[in-house]
Amino acid sequence: MTAEATTRMVGRALKRREDPQLITGHGNFLDDVKLNGMTHAAVLRSPYAHARIRSINTSKAKALPGVVAVYVGTDMTDVNPLPCAWPAGGFKNNLNTPRAIAVDVVRFAGEAVAVVIAEDRYIARDALDLIDVDYEPLAVVVDPEKATHPGAPQLHENAPNNIVVEWNAGNRDSTNAAVANAQVVVKERIVNQRLMPTPMETRGSIASYESSTGEFTLWSSSQAPHVHRLLLTAFVFGIPETKLRVIAPNVGGGFGQKIFVYQDMVFCMWAARKLGRPVKFVEDRSENFKSSSHGRDHVTDVEICGTRDGRVTGLRIKTYAGLGAYLSTIAPGVATTLYGRIVTGVYKIPNVSIDVIATYTNTAMVDAYRGAGRPEASYLIERMMDRWAAELGMDPAEVRRINFIQPHEFPYNNGLGLLPYDSGNYAPALDKALATIGYADMRREQAELRKQGRYLGIGISSYVEICGVAPTAWANGQGWGAGLWESANVRIHLTGQVVVTTGSLPHGQGVETTFAQIVADELGVPYDNVLIEHSDTAGTPFGYGTYGSRSLAVGGTAMVKSVQKIKEKAKRLAAHLLEANPDDMVFADGKVHVKGSPDKSKTFGEIALYASVGASMPNGEEPFLDETTYYDPPNCTFPFGTHICIVEVTPETGAIELKRYVGVDDVGNIINPLIVHGQLHGGIAQGIAQALFEQAVYDDNGQLLSGTLMDYAVPTAAMLPNYEIDHTVTPSPVNPLGVKGAGEAGTIGSAQCVMNAIIDALSPFGVQHMQMPATPERVWKAMHAHK
Amino acid sequence: MAKITVTVNGKTHTSDVEDRTLLVHYLREHLNLTGTHIGCDTSQCGACVVVVNGKSVKSCTTLAARCDGASVTTIEGLSPDGQLHPLQEGFWECHGLQCGFCTPGMIMAATDLLAQTPNPTDDEIRHGLEGNLCRCTGYHNIVRAVQYAAAKMRGEQVSSPNA
Repeated sequence: MTAEATTRMVGRALKRREDPQLITGHGNFLDDVKLNGMTHAAVLRSPYAHARIRSINTSKAKALPGVVAVYVGTDMTDVNPLPCAWPAGGFKNNLNTPRAIAVDVVRFAGEAVAVVIAEDRYIARDALDLIDVDYEPLAVVVDPEKATHPGAPQLHENAPNNIVVEWNAGNRDSTNAAVANAQVVVKERIVNQRLMPTPMETRGSIASYESSTGEFTLWSSSQAPHVHRLLLTAFVFGIPETKLRVIAPNVGGGFGQKIFVYQDMVFCMWAARKLGRPVKFVEDRSENFKSSSHGRDHVTDVEICGTRDGRVTGLRIKTYAGLGAYLSTIAPGVATTLYGRIVTGVYKIPNVSIDVIATYTNTAMVDAYRGAGRPEASYLIERMMDRWAAELGMDPAEVRRINFIQPHEFPYNNGLGLLPYDSGNYAPALDKALATIGYADMRREQAELRKQGRYLGIGISSYVEICGVAPTAWANGQGWGAGLWESANVRIHLTGQVVVTTGSLPHGQGVETTFAQIVADELGVPYDNVLIEHSDTAGTPFGYGTYGSRSLAVGGTAMVKSVQKIKEKAKRLAAHLLEANPDDMVFADGKVHVKGSPDKSKTFGEIALYASVGASMPNGEEPFLDETTYYDPPNCTFPFGTHICIVEVTPETGAIELKRYVGVDDVGNIINPLIVHGQLHGGIAQGIAQALFEQAVYDDNGQLLSGTLMDYAVPTAAMLPNYEIDHTVTPSPVNPLGVKGAGEAGTIGSAQCVMNAIIDALSPFGVQHMQMPATPERVWKAMHAHK
Repeated sequence: MAKITVTVNGKTHTSDVEDRTLLVHYLREHLNLTGTHIGCDTSQCGACVVVVNGKSVKSCTTLAARCDGASVTTIEGLSPDGQLHPLQEGFWECHGLQCGFCTPGMIMAATDLLAQTPNPTDDEIRHGLEGNLCRCTGYHNIVRAVQYAAAKMRGEQVSSPNA
């Protein structure tokens, strides 16, 4: 083996092998894919949020030269509506999912009413203007709480009061008693506003159909191609799963939005089969905003209670969660399990009750967006810990510290129906963050500046989250309709090259790099000899995809277990070649040697060659080194940390300057710090964006006012700070890598950090809470509300 | 229809295009230069930035017909000799990209920025790239990447920050 192979790769800040293609313009994203004879689809979308379709006249559109076909909803009733794969909380026949194209009634502005297929995308767009639709507008409701009020417009006959599900966790009786008997109770109404995930690449589909075999191919900007294949075949089209191949090319960001099955996948496949030509559809940005998934949209009433010395004894929560006009693929589980079961955060709170009322509204579907339920939980508890501290006149850092779950209490059962938190040690992360920011000095500076009429705020957020959601049996108990294991195949080719195929689907996370780092170390082979393949159902074992910070903890573990099987076989084969006892073989530094006799050895390359040729295998051994693992973890992992930031509010204008941002994150062991830091930076940016800038706004008629990037304030470089990132390391006992997950931690830790800082800055004005985003107008109004 | 003659990445093309054809579609559909991306429909995101006659422009709001006689550089033409441009190198070294969708536009915008401001402050970089959105990186490493490239283009010794 080369010298390079003996250099340990895990833990190194290796630059990514994914990048050369992407920085030279040679990436291959969905819209870059071109097929012979390909047609282009454009969608006519409802301008009404709720309306009956009286008639649709497509004759003029069909007559436009270059138009191949125009389809409406009733054309496609031979396939089923989209499935909902996570009907959490128990459903009573009120599960409503969308069809590819609306039939009779539209329930949100932007729902597809007709699809034009044309020779190019310009003609397809032109034809949309030639379709006449006669609508009968119906009454609209967009607010998740008002949707339940008597007399509210009803979206679905089978869902009285627009209720999707009423869900509860914790203990209502003990919590009611705790609140009733507490020395101190603090109440708040907290809105977690609707957001739009906004991957820079919008979504889309390209479908082709081979009539001689009945096989579809779907190119999709997807985080989960195997899941899409399963759901589209078995549930929507009613065809064998093997009749569809799904390929995800380079995926330009996902943040949850590309996990789900969408209407365009169905109408592209349907039309490709009908026309015998490939069909491409790529959303423009306003379509992405109108009709792809949104996130959050919670309205919550919360009470926190306890003793005057700062101990929290109870938490009572009632949340209205808007899920949109129909249920997206995993929406009910996000609003319930992924939110309600972690709502006590890093604290030991003996009495907790949470009710979630999930509702239908005349809006785009809401589903998992970066963090998926955990940011909502973390925001709620961390905002309330600050309210609690302020009510008692205590320091917010100290209130957190005295309520932390203690290191000796892990694995910790929070009593809300999760499996126990795997490992944790919360105070060191808090201490490190306090030290980095210079907490005591900052408090002194804050006091000094206030005397000069300058308003500095210090915000603290201590969070815990759930990654690599598993095991499958537990998830099934939560209503999850499939598995949550992950797969990996590892093969050693004749030349010693290692090929890993994974069911994960990286789209920016650097999995090709980190997975190769791990394999290089495990097998003692050069990093460059390890290839990671993914993203095509034709070439990879079934996997559930990349989301929920699960690729390394679950998919990476599957890979490590396959590598371990390869090593065991290599030892048996080396024992045969060396005429030694298999039990005496040691695998180290890319060689297998006899215990105590390092010179009596075979290199891994020699063993790979021997196994690949396979001319003289020992009894019972198959040729080739090729192992597959389907790994179902025994538990989730629970990353945690403390973020602290400093803001300054300009009193004249309400403008906020984010002066410093410190994150101390414990994501378990770190394979590649460069990549982990990148994940945390991006996650924090999205949390800051929620706190300061972003909100998906519907007016009372269900029109999306934030319908373009001119109106939806995705922050630019000039609107965000540098991030000061540090770590504590508490390995997860759940997996052999000791990793927890880093993809969502930044987002889960950050929104409340910024809001706590702003509200801290405004405390001289009597401000106790304000809703996100903290725009200058809202800040200024809050400052003047108590005068 | 318009007949246009455009030099793209040093190669001259004469094409018939519809009057309404956008430069980004001309590059992507007619010339098959798909490194230039489309991320929005309102000129906010900058994924489509290319350099026309030395200036960075958003090709999603430029008509191809207006580029008659122009010289256009896209991400594919930034390093014709196979050597990475200092910006491409900087983005790689500093982890200035994750999904990579915004990266071509970001790099092309940064070439113009550094041409005008060879020794920028972090703040100048952040403001100079205000027309380009990235959803993955939070911009921290993009700023580092541009600083890396700026130093290299000034002829300073730069070493891999992650070695």
